[in-house]
Amino acid sequence: MENNYSKSQLTLLVILRLFIGWHFLYEGMVKVLNPGWSAKAYLMDSQGIFSRMFIDMSSNAGLMKYIDFLNEWALVLIGLGLLIGCFARLSSIGGMILLLFYTLSHPPFLGAEYMMPLEGSYFLIDKNLVELAALAVLFVFPTARIFGIDNLLYKVLPVSFRKFII
Amino acid sequence: MEKEKKDNTPKKIARRDVIKSLATVPLLGAVAYGVIKTRKNALLNRDISDVFHISSSDALFLQPKPDGRQIRLGLIGFGIRGNQLMRALGFAEPSYIDNLAEEKKNNPDDTRLDLFREQDNLNIVINGVCDIFDVYGEAAQRAGANINREGSNGKSGPVPKRYRTYQELLAADDIDAVVIAAPDHWHGTMAMDAARSGKHVYCEKPLTWTVPETYMLHQTIKETGAVFQLGHQGRQTACYQKAAEIIEKDLLGHVNLIEVCTNRNTPNGAWVYDIIEGSNPQTIDWKQFEGNKDRIKEYTDYMKSNGLERYMGPEERDQFSFERFFRWRCWWDYSTGLSGDLLTHEYDAVNQIMHLGIPASAASSGGVYFFKDGRTVPDVLQTTFEWPDRDVSMLYSATLASSRDRGKVFMGHDASMEVSNILSITADRNSERYAEKIKQGVISTDQPFFTYVPGQSKVDAVTSATELYFAQRGLLYTYVNGKRYDTTHLHLREWLECIRQGQTTSCNIDMAFDEAITAHMGTRAYLEGRTMYWDKDKKEIVRGEKA
Repeated sequence: MENNYSKSQLTLLVILRLFIGWHFLYEGMVKVLNPGWSAKAYLMDSQGIFSRMFIDMSSNAGLMKYIDFLNEWALVLIGLGLLIGCFARLSSIGGMILLLFYTLSHPPFLGAEYMMPLEGSYFLIDKNLVELAALAVLFVFPTARIFGIDNLLYKVLPVSFRKFII
Repeated sequence: MEKEKKDNTPKKIARRDVIKSLATVPLLGAVAYGVIKTRKNALLNRDISDVFHISSSDALFLQPKPDGRQIRLGLIGFGIRGNQLMRALGFAEPSYIDNLAEEKKNNPDDTRLDLFREQDNLNIVINGVCDIFDVYGEAAQRAGANINREGSNGKSGPVPKRYRTYQELLAADDIDAVVIAAPDHWHGTMAMDAARSGKHVYCEKPLTWTVPETYMLHQTIKETGAVFQLGHQGRQTACYQKAAEIIEKDLLGHVNLIEVCTNRNTPNGAWVYDIIEGSNPQTIDWKQFEGNKDRIKEYTDYMKSNGLERYMGPEERDQFSFERFFRWRCWWDYSTGLSGDLLTHEYDAVNQIMHLGIPASAASSGGVYFFKDGRTVPDVLQTTFEWPDRDVSMLYSATLASSRDRGKVFMGHDASMEVSNILSITADRNSERYAEKIKQGVISTDQPFFTYVPGQSKVDAVTSATELYFAQRGLLYTYVNGKRYDTTHLHLREWLECIRQGQTTSCNIDMAFDEAITAHMGTRAYLEGRTMYWDKDKKEIVRGEKA
């Protein structure tokens, strides 16, 4: 397809997409391949106004199985989608939703102390939110239609798919 | 874009488009490389059962039988501990319930009221209470009558009779068993009298105040056959059972040093309790508080014959004192100090886990280094106990003026084990048993390789991230069959079930005898400034040369 990006804009947007895709895919695969992995302890450690909901989730063993499964495979699929540029806009939305949940469960408020100490200092904005914003950028500046499977999908799928999916 | 909108028909796919479409796919190979490398580590055999094999069973507690008979209780002493024991039995003052309800209203996360109300009904009735302070005695009656666990507006049951003396309570024939939560100097006497009156006995720790009464009480309980439980509720800690198994299976290698500690840093923790409103010589029966004549003689004889008068008093025993009544733990005249109050908990845990019995020797040092409020008992104390037949030392180290937590640690040649509500084992970097696993990278020596979280852990496997998080955060409670329990409640329940089922309690009179003698050895070593030895054959404490 035609695009209005300059060469350097396109290059850097693709690089941003690949970086985030790489990050999600690897994070997801490590969890999928580790049979003992569970988000339970992370959720138990939740703070802030939604903490009650996350802590309740963590104490429900049946629910945790689904949460772990969904989280692991969502990470993998989102990562894959961004990396190979397949349903890239849908992947961006999915990634933003996951990151929003991570942020809501562990809001970077002043005075919040978590089990896993962060390696830096954060107030309101942490790396999850920066990544979330970057995914929003990728959503409004799609590149997979140029470099990615979406290039093919764009041609074969109906137009209604274009807005939020590819 | 405009052009595209008009033309929605699929376009022909050019070769160039295919290449562009698949341009980033080769990157998958690079991710796959990382994943495969990581996968090797993730799937590395974390099973360590060849060198670390323990059972998968959770802790066992004596379970109540459904058709057990109701037990009629009497309570002696309704101070701070007496209150706690009554609540663990399911009886609280209505005002306490009001407070919890208020707290819950202010903070919905405060579950204390629910936990108290959900606590199992132990099928008991409180028929008599005794306290020599009117305020406490009347409060005990209100608690005993609160059979529905309700607040001030609730409907209470029959009010238990209040006895002015414990002897009268023991003479009552509608009481089967007594819970003793009087000051230390009364424990042995009351327990002996209770057993002789045909009552079963739950007695708060320490077992005794003087050495001679320790032998008499041991004999009395044996002769009368009373079901006796000493109040070391730590016996019901799930982790201690697992710890005992780990020791038995020699998974730490030879344990040669045990360190146990007390670290407190509040006036309350240092026994400076509130002076309660309504207390005066008319509402407190001071004569009874003074103690039993025989016990006082044993105490005085020991102190005087060893030149320890400086640790007595300083006030006369018959002189009324608010401080001495409410803060009696600060004076040897009524107390057993750190040894009796807190070392005993630690020792009993170690004895439960390692079955060490009475040590061959004890040496102590310490002093009154912070709370210079006229107390005679030390606020900093170190006592070392030796078991040369087991090749192990135990160091008890206590301070009432620093809350730096030092844990309960069993140090072995191959690993060290820290035990609290959870249990964690860290391999020693010079271990032989775990050498190969350490070399393979399966066991790390920087952090615990095994963490037992009651009801949560998989045994026989390296600590998972989740367990480590649990351990670091202490997000733990003792659960029995999925229900959260208070250890004091379980300890009382065990005693009641032993009465019903004719079984032996976990902290029975033999365990209690070990506890008392060990504490007395530590106390005497401190007071006399010399090592105390235990003559196993004569069953006597023998003094060493004065240092």
